[in-house]
Amino acid sequence: MAVCIAVIAKENYPLYIRSVPVQNELKFHYTVHTSLDVVEEKISAVGKAMADQRELYLGLLYPTEDYKVYPSHMIIVYYTPVCIFFLLIENILLYRHTRYGYVTNSKVKFVIVVDSSNTSLRDNEIRSMFRKLHNSFTDVMCNPFYNPGDTIQSKAFDSMVSAMMVQAS
Amino acid sequence: MEAHEEKPIIYTMENKPIVTCAGDQSLFTSLYTSLAQQLPRESMEWRRSYGRAPKMIHLEANFVQFKEELLPKDGNRALLTFPFLHIYWTDCCDTEMYKASVKDDMLRWQSTLRLHGSVDWLIVVVESEAKKKNKTNILPRTSIVDKIRNDFCNKQSDRCVVLSDPLKESSRSQDSWSAFLTKLRTLLLMSFTKNLGRFEDDMRTLREKRTEPGWSFCDYFMVQEELAFVFEMLQQFEDALVQYDELDALFTQYVLNFGAGDGANWLGSFCAPVKRWSGLLLRRPIDMEKRELIQRGEASLLDLRSYLFSRQCTLLIFLQRPWEVTQRALELLHNCVQELRLLEVYVVQGALDCWVFLSCLEVLHRIEGCCDRAQLEANCSHTVGLWTYATEKLKSLGYLCGLVAEKVPTSEDLNRTVDLLAGLGEERPETVNSLQSPYKKLNEALSSVEAFEKHYLELSHAAMEMYRAIGRMRSARLIGKSLAEFYMKKGDPERAEGFLDDSLRSYVAEGWRLQVTHTRKQMAECQKLLQQTEDYLQTSALLAGDANLTEEERKHFCQEILTFASQPPAPSDQTVALSMAAFAQLRQMQFSPPGAVVHVGAALQLELRVRCLMPVAMQVEQLAATLHFSLEQGGARGRAGSAQRRAGHGPQGQGDGVVMFPQGSPLAGAGMGASLPPALELYEMQDRSPSDSSLTSTGVVCKNMHLLLRRHDSSASLDTPTAGALPAAVAVDDGAQMLRARDITLQPGDNSILFTAPTGEPGSYTLRQLCGSVGRVQFVQSHIYPVVQYEVYSQEPQLTIEPLSDNLLAGIPQKVTFTIATGHYSVKKGDALQLSNTDSMPILHSSCCSATVLSSTGGQPSIHPLERMGESALSIQSSEKVTSISLPPTPPYHTLEFQLEVLCHIPPTPFKPDIERLTNGEVRHRPKSHSHVDSGMINIDQKVSIDCPWSIYSTLIALTFYVPFKAKHSILSAGKRKYIQVCLQNVSDTNFHLADPVLTERQPTVSMELLSLNVKTQQPVCSQQSVFCLWEMRWAKPLPLCLQCAFSASFAPVSASDTHTAFKPYRYEFQLDRVSTLYSLKAEISPPSGDQHCRTGALCGLEVSITRQAEPSETEGEEEESTEIEGLRTTKLMYEVVDNSSNWAVCGKSSGVVSMPVAASATHRVQMEVMPLFAGHLPFPNIKVFKYLPHNAVPAIQPDTDSCLENDTISLLDKGLDDQGDTASIRSRGSVHSVGSGEQQRGLPMPRLEPFSPGQVFYWSQGRQVLVLPVTDDHVMEVNVT
Repeated sequence: MAVCIAVIAKENYPLYIRSVPVQNELKFHYTVHTSLDVVEEKISAVGKAMADQRELYLGLLYPTEDYKVYPSHMIIVYYTPVCIFFLLIENILLYRHTRYGYVTNSKVKFVIVVDSSNTSLRDNEIRSMFRKLHNSFTDVMCNPFYNPGDTIQSKAFDSMVSAMMVQAS
Repeated sequence: MEAHEEKPIIYTMENKPIVTCAGDQSLFTSLYTSLAQQLPRESMEWRRSYGRAPKMIHLEANFVQFKEELLPKDGNRALLTFPFLHIYWTDCCDTEMYKASVKDDMLRWQSTLRLHGSVDWLIVVVESEAKKKNKTNILPRTSIVDKIRNDFCNKQSDRCVVLSDPLKESSRSQDSWSAFLTKLRTLLLMSFTKNLGRFEDDMRTLREKRTEPGWSFCDYFMVQEELAFVFEMLQQFEDALVQYDELDALFTQYVLNFGAGDGANWLGSFCAPVKRWSGLLLRRPIDMEKRELIQRGEASLLDLRSYLFSRQCTLLIFLQRPWEVTQRALELLHNCVQELRLLEVYVVQGALDCWVFLSCLEVLHRIEGCCDRAQLEANCSHTVGLWTYATEKLKSLGYLCGLVAEKVPTSEDLNRTVDLLAGLGEERPETVNSLQSPYKKLNEALSSVEAFEKHYLELSHAAMEMYRAIGRMRSARLIGKSLAEFYMKKGDPERAEGFLDDSLRSYVAEGWRLQVTHTRKQMAECQKLLQQTEDYLQTSALLAGDANLTEEERKHFCQEILTFASQPPAPSDQTVALSMAAFAQLRQMQFSPPGAVVHVGAALQLELRVRCLMPVAMQVEQLAATLHFSLEQGGARGRAGSAQRRAGHGPQGQGDGVVMFPQGSPLAGAGMGASLPPALELYEMQDRSPSDSSLTSTGVVCKNMHLLLRRHDSSASLDTPTAGALPAAVAVDDGAQMLRARDITLQPGDNSILFTAPTGEPGSYTLRQLCGSVGRVQFVQSHIYPVVQYEVYSQEPQLTIEPLSDNLLAGIPQKVTFTIATGHYSVKKGDALQLSNTDSMPILHSSCCSATVLSSTGGQPSIHPLERMGESALSIQSSEKVTSISLPPTPPYHTLEFQLEVLCHIPPTPFKPDIERLTNGEVRHRPKSHSHVDSGMINIDQKVSIDCPWSIYSTLIALTFYVPFKAKHSILSAGKRKYIQVCLQNVSDTNFHLADPVLTERQPTVSMELLSLNVKTQQPVCSQQSVFCLWEMRWAKPLPLCLQCAFSASFAPVSASDTHTAFKPYRYEFQLDRVSTLYSLKAEISPPSGDQHCRTGALCGLEVSITRQAEPSETEGEEEESTEIEGLRTTKLMYEVVDNSSNWAVCGKSSGVVSMPVAASATHRVQMEVMPLFAGHLPFPNIKVFKYLPHNAVPAIQPDTDSCLENDTISLLDKGLDDQGDTASIRSRGSVHSVGSGEQQRGLPMPRLEPFSPGQVFYWSQGRQVLVLPVTDDHVMEVNVT
């Protein structure tokens, strides 16, 4: 399904990046990195009117001839377990918190790159992939031994990503 | 009319729905202008089928003369030529004429219409007043209309309208016009709805047949496009666009299905090899060429897509949505490439690139054509994608055609180019005259290497500029990087360098390792070409340590460095300094000893753990750490503690001399440190009040707040990458002192290097730089953080004397410890301590006296346990004045300990402060003694003067001894017999045995004998307990006035093993004055006469008899004032009855003065009256006796009585005298001799009273009681508890 899945920290360094054709890894890295331009653009455009914006999915933003890059961003509040708890309940709570400036927000971005020839993929399938990714990432964040900002080395996360990639072939 | 006929029906956007006109053509011609004007003036609501939203629509029409050919034949679905309404015009107003010609004409018209199934018609009857007037035989106007209605509109009377006086400006004419127009519009819309509905139904039916074998997409395409045309004609561009989008989607779906294996026959034509790739053509509204191709079923996929897109583009531009065009264009181009791939269509290599390139430029041109510059600049984000795509494609064409090389293209390349250009065909007529047409550009770019470069650079820079303008720095850098690759291919590394550097910085800043590695590799290549040796070596070093590269690559770069390093240095260039970070990472440093504080000359080792990042073992000739030395003032010994703290509790300190270097995440090498905030450094803070050091507040302090709160430009990080791709040039500073290790081999991975730190001078040493030399190359780490430092101190020798126990007690031998911290002084053989002997504190020789040498190399004795080094006997020689202790040889910075026994003699009490002279005569001092406030112990400060070998001055050390005992004495009397009691209190914390208490006279007299009444010779005295000893005095001769006594006893601590030798003497001296009894007092209370007992309230007699006990001795006589009256020597005494407990009321005089004859057994009796106030056994009132000294008498002894006492007695006397008068008048019974004496004394100067010493007056009735009965036998008993 996906050929490359990346989780990118607020500071724009990769927390996790994995691609299926290993020989093309570098190309995917370049693609994902460049797509951050569009993500940032979109986030800042969205940010202006983000009163109650719950849509994290940014849609297809960075198509290339060979791949479709689907970025998504999420706002995750970390540093306090309480906030992660909120995250689990409802995203909307987080935004409320963010607005009042009680918590640091971190714009973690997800990027899924899909082969352009894979035309059977529908928008909502991509969405569900993001949702899965999001949930799995939340689990990673909830791990008390995970240090926010570190690269993700969770096996569970890895296997989930693998599952999403395997479906492609 | 002619004009209308001639007007050709062409497919232009000026198409309007066709309305045919029949009947009177000249009449219509006269009305045409106003009709054409007024028809679109008002909009009509168009209600539509299938639930589509109603629309307001402005109608226009193309009025043409009615011809039968215009009517559509069966099966012809051309909508554009379809006449939607047929109008018959007539201005006939007389019946004859109507019947004659008009009716027939209309019938014919009607039948023609009916033949073709057209039901949309209208008959217009124009009336004009002028015509009416001309005709005389006119019928009423209505009749013609009615007739027509009757004849033709049998049920649709609205199909015939009247237009009255259309050419006149009257309200009537206006009304009829508007009614007519409304009718016309309504009918037109009805016709649209009906006909379009029918058409759509047909179209759908056709579409449903698409699974049938003979179905052709091209045919269907034409049908649906017809509908689109109609909507376009009606200005419904949105609807028209929908038609094209539907066609687009349908086609796409077919292609996808084909890809999934479900191929349709008609797709075969699209799978033909692509022969022409001339790009999109957007300049015409309709590309008839392509349309015809489609119509004929000969179109290729690219043709179809191009045509579809050109139509969509046209509509979108009509809809004022140019930016959607660009977006769709990009999608289309991507999609076409994918579709051709999916359909496995054969395309000449590079042809698609040509097509995409041309199309991109065409779209951009089209957009530029319909927008102004400002708009274009504001919407860069929409066009930049196309620019980039075009750039990419041109680049790949360039590579394909051999235009990106230093060489000239080969013939093969040229052939390919010719083939590609052939596929473009001729240039379109629209653009022939344009100089900048995409066609020309491509032609030119492929014509020569130079032209290609020009065009490619132009495009790249344009795209980059746009990306920069909209803030997509990453994309801009990616283009920059591909430009760099281009330059490298062209052999122009100078220009490539800047772009590479820029991208590398951004990747490093954002921590993308793969990109960093890849770009760095390119950078290395570039730098090598540029012969920037230092930069190249630095980059090579980074690459050699890069885990993302293969082992071979890393070794290659490592070898590059080694090759350079081993070259003999040219005279001009010096060594090359590279950053250590690429070469090795510091892991930790460990001091041994761990305190990192040593004395001068001590051994201090520093173990450095380094992780070498190189892929092969590196031979490092020298690894050196420069030291910054600072001489710390204020003595190293005092600072040692703080240094310890610093080294031990630094930010990374482990407290055991280990300094850990922060290990960033694996990304650290890629510059992650720049983007991650530093970790919080929190410290606990406690605020205590200065007065009582109680906690007033506590909190947590962040030490590196300035770092954390610094503004972080997260967004700007890309624009100004802080972490350089190459570390800043490293300068090697040449410190005077350094840690050095030579000829080390650093294996890949962790290495441990041992340094020996110089400790020559006292001060603080801080590690500054680390520098490893490999041939000509030096790897330099310019800062070592966290700060690593050690301290070297120098210590003065020091001697301390401390007691073994808490307090030193005087009087018993006790051990004290001598501690010598040698410091920098080395104790040599023959060195000795010279102690000046004092009498009050002799130093006792002890047979087994040995000294212990302890090492204190660990630095802080308080923290590190001393290591026992050895023991050796001490030889102590004592002369009269000096005790000399010869010390065993001790190395510097060691501790020498030994114990000596000392004894401080208890000075005889009470102290007579005297000045003692020390034996060496140098210092005069006296042992200070003062009572210890807490324990009541008296302490003695004993100073010892010691001459140390390391100093020419004597050292004075004070020892404080405490006197363990406190003694008190008292004299007790029984009549004439006397006893001496001594109370000895143990004030120390030690239990003692007390033995042989002896009381002696200091100047022994034979006449007196002290008889001991003590039973035990030895008894324990526990801590804080007292022992009483009693002696009876016996004497033969009269006692001397003053007795000097001395109490002495032996004591020893209970714990002392050898009790006999341990007993030490204690002595207490005191003096007794006026011991012998002079007077005895006796009191007697007698009940009132006739009563057996005293009763409360009843006066009782008190008789006091004062008896002289002894002749005053010679000495005593002197002090007593005696007067000679009639040969009888008398002394005056004053007595006083005092009842302190208010049991008695003294009636009459309570005091008086009596003269006592100076003779033994002379007795004086005084009668007084007292009244008991309570019943019960009442103690006798107190009777006191004083010496009464007349004013002129000079007291023999200035008594100890203080002024207070004197005042008391005076007031007492006054009181007594005042009473005297009163009582005398009341009572005269118990009068005293000297009634008048009081009178006598009045006016005289004050006499004085003087108390007797204890023991001189003996009161017999002390403690006696008398029974007092209550006066009445009350039932109520008064109990007074006091």
